[in-house]
Amino acid sequence: MNLAANITFNVGGLFDNFWQLTIDGLSWGAIYALVAVGYTLVFGLLRLINFAHSEIFMLGMFGAYFALDMILGFTPSGNAYNKGVFLTVLYLGIAMLFAMLVAGSAAIGLEFIAYRPLRKRNARSLTFLITAIGMSFVIQQFVLFILPKLISGYGGPNAQQPITLVQPKTQFTFFGVAVSNTTIVVIVSALVLAVLTDVAINRTKFGRGIRAVAQDPATATLMGVSRERIIMTTFLIGGLLAGAAALLYTLKVPQGIIYSGGFLLGIKAFSAAVLGGIGNLRGALLGGLLLGIMENYGQALFGTQWRDVVAFVLLVLVLLIRPTGILGESLGKARV
Amino acid sequence: MSAIQERLSATWQRLLDWWDRLSRPQKWVFGIILFTAVALSPIFTPSFLDTPGISFGGTMAQFAMIAIIAVGLNVVVGQAGLLDLGYVGFYAVGAYTVALLTSPESPWNKMGPTGFFSAPWAWLSCVPLAMAVTALTGLILGFPTLRLRGDYLAIVTLGFGEIIRLLADNLGDITNGPRGLNEIAFPHLLESQQHPEGVFSASNSRGDANYGTWWFWLGLVLIVGILLLVGNLERSRVGRAWIAVREDEDAAEVMGVNTFRFKLWAFTIGAAIGGLSGALYAGQVQYVAPPTFNIINSMLFLCAVVLGGQGNKLGVILGAFIIVYLPNRLLGVHFLGIDVGNLKYLFFGLALVVLMIFRPQGLFPARQQLLAYRNAARELLMARPSEKEPAQ
Repeated sequence: MNLAANITFNVGGLFDNFWQLTIDGLSWGAIYALVAVGYTLVFGLLRLINFAHSEIFMLGMFGAYFALDMILGFTPSGNAYNKGVFLTVLYLGIAMLFAMLVAGSAAIGLEFIAYRPLRKRNARSLTFLITAIGMSFVIQQFVLFILPKLISGYGGPNAQQPITLVQPKTQFTFFGVAVSNTTIVVIVSALVLAVLTDVAINRTKFGRGIRAVAQDPATATLMGVSRERIIMTTFLIGGLLAGAAALLYTLKVPQGIIYSGGFLLGIKAFSAAVLGGIGNLRGALLGGLLLGIMENYGQALFGTQWRDVVAFVLLVLVLLIRPTGILGESLGKARV
Repeated sequence: MSAIQERLSATWQRLLDWWDRLSRPQKWVFGIILFTAVALSPIFTPSFLDTPGISFGGTMAQFAMIAIIAVGLNVVVGQAGLLDLGYVGFYAVGAYTVALLTSPESPWNKMGPTGFFSAPWAWLSCVPLAMAVTALTGLILGFPTLRLRGDYLAIVTLGFGEIIRLLADNLGDITNGPRGLNEIAFPHLLESQQHPEGVFSASNSRGDANYGTWWFWLGLVLIVGILLLVGNLERSRVGRAWIAVREDEDAAEVMGVNTFRFKLWAFTIGAAIGGLSGALYAGQVQYVAPPTFNIINSMLFLCAVVLGGQGNKLGVILGAFIIVYLPNRLLGVHFLGIDVGNLKYLFFGLALVVLMIFRPQGLFPARQQLLAYRNAARELLMARPSEKEPAQ
C-alpha cells in the first residue's frame, strides 16, 4: 500500500517557485478576502454564519457574465477580444458594477425574505443557520432549473461558455516573478475595495453605527441607531464585495460560472474569515490573503488535487489551535 | 390564509396531543400495527402510494437507510444539540470500510479463496467492523473539535465531510478514485433455484419482493434495534445529560455534567449509526463512488431531522420518509418541461426556510424541556390553572 504515489512532498518545487506561488496566491487570496468580508461583517453583527453568501457570490458571477454578454454584447468565442487597455478596463468596470448590483440586491433580498422574519420571532441561532442552508439550496436550484427557463442559455447543469476579454499574458517580470495582467487587475481592484470598506467601517458615521450594533444592539438602538437599517446595509456591503469578487474570479477562472460554483469558494472564504478572526474586518482581509498563499504552497508541495484538502485542514487546525483567529474576533471592539 | 393556517396547526396539534396522551402499551400496540403495515407496504402497495417511476421496494430500502441516518444524526443534532454538517462523512467511512474489505478492486480485499472472510458472510461480518471504524472516526474527529462553540463545530464538521470525500477521490491507489469500488459483498441468504445468490442480490430485481424490499426489511429490523437502543439512552442518565447540554451548556457544566464527555458520547454513537447505514448502502448498491458522499447529501440528512422535528426519534423517521419518498414519487412528473423529481433540493430548501419561520421545531416536535420529567410533570404543567392547585 503506497500512499507515496498519491501524496508527493515536492519541497524543491515549492522553493524554486516560491515568489511566483506567493504572487499567484495573493491574487487568489484577494478574492477570498473580498468574499470573507461579507461573512465576517454579518457574523460580527448577528452571530450568524450566512451560509447562503456563497450563493450571493455565484449570482454575482452570473451578473458579471450577463453584463458582458447581454449589455456589452460580447459573445463566448475561443479568442480574446483584446480591445486595448482602456476599453478593457472600462468594460470590466461596467461588468463589475453590474455584478455588484446583482449580488448586492440578492443579499438584501436574502436578508429580507429569510432572516428578517426570524429576527422578528427571536429565533435560536440554529434556526438561522438552517434557514441559511435552505436558502443556499433554493438559490442554487433556482439557477440550475428555473433560470434557464427565464433567460435561455443561462444556468442549467453546464457552466457558461467563457467570454475572454483579454488573454492573460505576462506584463512584467519582477525578480523572476512573472506578473500577468489578470493578476494585476485582481490585486489592484481588491486592494482598492478593501481600503474603501475599511474606511467605511472605521471612519464614517455609518461604520460607527455598524460597530455600535455589533457591540451592543440594545444600547445602540437607544442611542438612535436603526438596527434594521444597519443590518440591511451590512448585507448590502457584503453582497457588493461578493459581486466584485465574482467578476475578479471569472477573470481568473473563466469556465467557473456554474450553479454550484460558489459553494467551495464560499467555504474557503469562510475559512479565511475564521483564520483572521471572524467578526473582524481586517482579520478577514488578512485571513483571505494568507489562505490564498498557503493554499498555493500546499498545492505545490502535495500536488494539485490536494489543494482543497489543504484549505480544509488549515481551517480545522486554526480552529483547534486558536479558535479566535489570528487577529481575534469581534467587530464591536474594532481593533484598529 | 392565516385562518386556514391556524385551523391546520390546531388540528395537527390535537393529533400530536392525542398521541402524547396514550399510555406506553397503547403506543406499542399502535406502533406494532403501523410497523406491520409499513413492512408489508412493498408487497401490497396501495396504488396511491406507489412510485411509478422507480421500484417501490428500492425506494423503501433507501428510506430505511436514510431513516437510520436520521436517527443517528438526531442523537447528535436533536438530543445533544451539536450541529453536524459533515454527517455524510461517517456514512462514507462506513460504506468505504465494507467496500475496501470486500471489493475485488481494493488493495485491502479480504474476500476470496485465500481471504479472511467467506463470501456468504463477508457483508454481515463487515457491518460491526464498519460501525467500529466509524465510531473511532467520530471519536478522533470529536476529541479535538467538540470543545469548539456551536457555529464553529458546524463548519469544522462540514470541512471533515468534504475532506473524507476528497480523500476517497484522490487516494486512487486505495479507493480506486472517482471510478469507485465494484462488486461489494452482500449477504447470501435464502439461496434457491430462483435466486442463486440469495434474495439480497441485485439479480433478484423482479416482482414485489425484489432485493430492494429485502434490504428494506433488513433495514427495518435494524431501525427497531437502534430505536430501542437510542430510546433507552434517551431515558438514561446519558440522555438527560444530553438534554442539559443542549438546553444550556454552561448551566449543565455548573451542575456537574461533564459536558465534553457526553458530547463525545453523542458524537461517537451518532457516527457509529451513520456507519451502519453506510454499510447497508454499500451492500445494497454493491458499488461506492465519491459523488454519493457529497456535502449536499449531508444537508439532505439534516433536512430530514429538522423536518421531522429535532429530538424526536420517531419524528425524524417520518422526516426521512418525506425526504426519500417525495422525490421518488414525483420522478417523471413533468411541470413546465421540468422533471419535478429533480427539483427535490429546491423544494426541501424552500421547506426548510418556510418551516424555520412558521414552525422551527419541525413537524413532530419533541417536548424538549419536559422530556426529562416524563409524562407526569407534563400533565401537571399542561393542566388548566384551576386543576394545578393542590388539593386543600
